[in-house]
Amino acid sequence: MLRRLLKDFRFGVLPVPGRIIAIVFFVALFVIPLIDDSKYSLFVLTTSSLLVIFAVSWDLLSGYSGQVNFGHALFFGVSAYTVGLLHKYFDLQPWATIPLGTLVAVGIGVVTCIPALRLRGPYLSLLTMSFPLVLLGLVMAFKDWTGGEFGIPGIPPIGGTHVGQYYICLIVMTVSVLIMWKLTDAGSKYIRTGLIFHAIREDEIATRASGINTINYKILAFVIGGFFCGLAGALYAHVLGTVSISYLSMTMSFRAIIYVVFGGIVSIYGPVVGVYTLQTLLQFAGQAGQNFLGQNQILIMSVIVILVLIFMPEGVAVWIRDKIERECPRCKLANGAWRKECRACSAPLH
Amino acid sequence: MIQQIIIGTLVTGGVYALLAVGFSLIFGNARVINMAHTGFFMLAAYGLYYFIRRLGLAAAPAIVITLPVVTLLGILAYRFLINPIREHHAAVLLMTVAIALVFQESMTAVFSSKYWSIPSLIPGFTDIVGVSVLNQKLLVLGVVVVVIVAVWLILSRTKLGIALRATAQDAEVATLMGISVPRTLMITMGIATFLAAVAAVVVAPIWTIHPVMWSLPLVMVLVIVVLGGLGSVKGSIIGAFIIALVEVSVAILMPQYSYLRVVFAILAMVIVLVVRPGGLFGVIFEEERL
Repeated sequence: MLRRLLKDFRFGVLPVPGRIIAIVFFVALFVIPLIDDSKYSLFVLTTSSLLVIFAVSWDLLSGYSGQVNFGHALFFGVSAYTVGLLHKYFDLQPWATIPLGTLVAVGIGVVTCIPALRLRGPYLSLLTMSFPLVLLGLVMAFKDWTGGEFGIPGIPPIGGTHVGQYYICLIVMTVSVLIMWKLTDAGSKYIRTGLIFHAIREDEIATRASGINTINYKILAFVIGGFFCGLAGALYAHVLGTVSISYLSMTMSFRAIIYVVFGGIVSIYGPVVGVYTLQTLLQFAGQAGQNFLGQNQILIMSVIVILVLIFMPEGVAVWIRDKIERECPRCKLANGAWRKECRACSAPLH
Repeated sequence: MIQQIIIGTLVTGGVYALLAVGFSLIFGNARVINMAHTGFFMLAAYGLYYFIRRLGLAAAPAIVITLPVVTLLGILAYRFLINPIREHHAAVLLMTVAIALVFQESMTAVFSSKYWSIPSLIPGFTDIVGVSVLNQKLLVLGVVVVVIVAVWLILSRTKLGIALRATAQDAEVATLMGISVPRTLMITMGIATFLAAVAAVVVAPIWTIHPVMWSLPLVMVLVIVVLGGLGSVKGSIIGAFIIALVEVSVAILMPQYSYLRVVFAILAMVIVLVVRPGGLFGVIFEEERL
């Protein structure tokens, strides 16, 4: 087992610069609290890791299976509000609220499917965009129970200290991203979902003609997306300690899309890069609103997004990967850009 | 009560119709979901505010300056930001959202996030069937009727209108017929932005001007165009009045639940979509058919 892992590491990771960077990055995330355990920087990193789950689950649902969902904040907000209400009225502890919140988000995912399966393209996107707004209207209309615009404060943190909380969120994020990466891996021999999601996005009729029940797989995509997004929302409510209407706002939905498209759509590492660049770096550079950068964060983020879309429409992460890696034209294996021949089949790389 | 609902529906529906027709035109021709559409609406409102309140101009020159500037801005945004990436659906969407956010944030930076207002273009009010109506609202109605008739005449009677409709039906064949598709799309964007700016000019004195004034109309416009059928001008006008009727009735009949007016508007849209997945007058394009 260990020997196989070592072999995988030597032949699967070391020759590919992108994978080395990914591993170094995750190791760095795990050792950061040893270097800097100030409350503010760990808080920024904790929320970033939850936003990573949020963004990656959008990528799985909308990028991979092509069901472009403009209302991803629905799952996030529903889960967070479930956590808040359960805490407020039943005084439940995090170990109970988080699974229940996630479960409700999955249920909402199934309910969203009913109209979503009938519609496609822009109609689907605009319809899904309206769902969180419906919930927002309900939250504001029943202020007495939900707290209206002030939300539900006083949700307890998880994991004892802020370092513990950071590690819990980081581990949940790493595991979720790994699971979603495996689920969407089109080249996998054991899991077919990745291939089928790609097929549904490219041509639904052809997929159906190949004997695949596309309806089931679309529902599955909504369930997986809802599950991970709900998980992120429930943890986010505990980390911030409060649930507010901003969780359900249109801006929240667009944040997922901004991170994903910035990093590179239909790639699991794209949203990770997107969140850690746009959220974490900007947050640290802004010094919590002390300088010009911090006060005009949304403006700067929007301008960056516009520039990225014009000059690298594939996304930043994909653009960088294409610079440092080259795909073998014969066996489709990733190679370092400095190689002249493929490392497996020695076909010339151009 | 009924008279109030009818007049409210006509005024709100008129403004929504102006916005939705522009949105529909640009979607039908260029297949661009322009989330910045109401952003231009907001810009025009701020432009009026700036010229009238800050520079002290009269209303007429302010309007004469604002309308072309905003239209030009829309054309420039289309030419240099949207057109290069028109092929990627999600990217276009994100681009227009980013443009709207840039507008919102720069307006916040320049005018702060306070609420502003401008004086009515025509002061006073008139008594109609027992309801006193602001003259400004009557002006809204008049302008809406004139503009929509003008758009309809342009679309149906002029060479430009034929070119626009041909591009909407099939861009490739339109090119073969000697129509310059890129130019047509830019003109479409110009008309759409112009309609949004006109809506802002007539409605700015009634609504308050603030940096997030674009988001609620945007949601309403999206609901309207989906309900009416994306890309259908007739559908957007009818959808605008249906949604305005729902919104105004909720606001007048149960004022304590006025937050629910978006919910009811969306419910109306969902019901239409479940019965007819293409909207009321949806055009299903050959290459997009299942």
